[in-house]
Amino acid sequence: MRMKWTSYPYILWMIIFIVVPLALILLYSFTVGEEGGITNLRFSLDNFRRFLDPKYLDVLWISINLALKSTLITMVLGYPLAMIIAKEKPKKRNVMILLLVIPMWMNFLLRTYAWLTLLGKNGFINYIITKLGFAPLNLIYNDRAVLLGMVYNFLPFMVLPIYSVLVKIDKSLIEAAEDLGANKFEVFSKVTFPLSIPGIITGITMVFMPAVSTFVISRLLGGGQYMLIGNLVEQQYLWVGDWHFGSAISIIMMAFILVTMAITAKFDNQKEGGGGLW
Amino acid sequence: MVSRGLKRLYTFLMFLFIYAPIVVLIIFSFNNARTRGTWSGFTLKWYAELFRDKEVLTALYYTILVAILSAIISTIIGTIAAIGIYGMTKVRRKIILNLNYLPVLNPDIVTAVSLMTLFRFLRIEFGFITLLLSHITFCIPYVILSILPKLRQMNKHLAEAAMDLGATPFYALRKVIIPEIKPGIVTGALLAFTLSIDDFVISFFNKGPGVSNISITVYSMARRGINPVINALSALMFTGLIILLLIINSRSSKSIGERGDII
Repeated sequence: MRMKWTSYPYILWMIIFIVVPLALILLYSFTVGEEGGITNLRFSLDNFRRFLDPKYLDVLWISINLALKSTLITMVLGYPLAMIIAKEKPKKRNVMILLLVIPMWMNFLLRTYAWLTLLGKNGFINYIITKLGFAPLNLIYNDRAVLLGMVYNFLPFMVLPIYSVLVKIDKSLIEAAEDLGANKFEVFSKVTFPLSIPGIITGITMVFMPAVSTFVISRLLGGGQYMLIGNLVEQQYLWVGDWHFGSAISIIMMAFILVTMAITAKFDNQKEGGGGLW
Repeated sequence: MVSRGLKRLYTFLMFLFIYAPIVVLIIFSFNNARTRGTWSGFTLKWYAELFRDKEVLTALYYTILVAILSAIISTIIGTIAAIGIYGMTKVRRKIILNLNYLPVLNPDIVTAVSLMTLFRFLRIEFGFITLLLSHITFCIPYVILSILPKLRQMNKHLAEAAMDLGATPFYALRKVIIPEIKPGIVTGALLAFTLSIDDFVISFFNKGPGVSNISITVYSMARRGINPVINALSALMFTGLIILLLIINSRSSKSIGERGDII
């Protein structure tokens, strides 16, 4: 039965609310002109040229740098955890996964806010430090606080995909490797790890993407002056009101992320297609 | 044996890392003092203040209203769209699905500002309507993505058989297709509801004066620093979540008994 007409309302919706808005920011990014009307827009590359200013390139660099760092840290912390959970008995495994997922369902602003109350000047950690007789530390409103917030918020996004790949690995492959004389390290480096690469790649995209575009974590834990590329977009749209420049930054961010994802997807496909194990 | 102990320690430390902030937050929601510096006795006054706070209550009202409405509307549009997309030729289906993926793949902030640009371009006043429209827009793709696999699993000839036996297409849709894909529809609706409740970025750019949601309220309060009222709110939301999970869990373990699967 073909009922493709039933999709027409959504196609219309998609054109109005997905295609046209993206076309609009693309249009705004390549033009300058008065606010509002579409009639007095002039084509220009000024918005992109403006982004090449070292001030803004620095912001882009800091964002990418922090996102890469948080991706790496979540991977180093998350992989062993995923492995430990995957090796547990099914019942215990499910409980542990549930425990991992529960905080993810809590509003992520509240999770970030929780760190604010821990790290703050009058926060819980400083409370303990001063009780122990030391001088209070400056824990918040710096790079490390933002990084910590990212790692905390995105850790489950790394653990879950790796776990779901690890748990599906055929046990007989590992046993075969052991029978053929591989030691524990070799089993990991030659069997388990290569097989878990698709999970790692999913994890990397799931952590890197939100990390590079966040403006909430940087605002709450980095303080009002802290600028990531997401904050720049927020600033241009909500406070400065320069929609043309804001659109250009959004387009740059979108292009950057789509390219990153295309590369990782390609890498992923190659592994799956050429691995020869499937 | 050492490595076993090490594993346990590692797991313990990781879960401590994950839960410690939340637990501290909840404990201090009962603290009498305004700052974290001291514990000055047990109190429920922040909870009382929370329920007197007009800003929080309006935000809560809009959060739930928008979540329910966008879940219902996006489920309806998404379901009929998914059935239509399923019946399309391969090339067209690919185009539509790729467009459908855009809001899923794009960073939230890009979707948010593009919608904001649209509403301003159309001169729609920012408020409840823009908030609802933007929520429906980012929910529909997830609904479609949770229904399509169920359509693929369905036996193609079921609906044809129904129509051969004299059912009108609409009757076949209602009596054959919808019941077959119902699990996907329910998953999609729940997903839309939770996504809407949890959303901050898209709402932040598309809200209007006087209309906001819980996330936005938390953000604007937290920007001003630590506020015990937010602690109380977090504690309540966390408890609510646990209760909800327990209910779902007891229901699904019942249905495991009946049907042998989880969802």
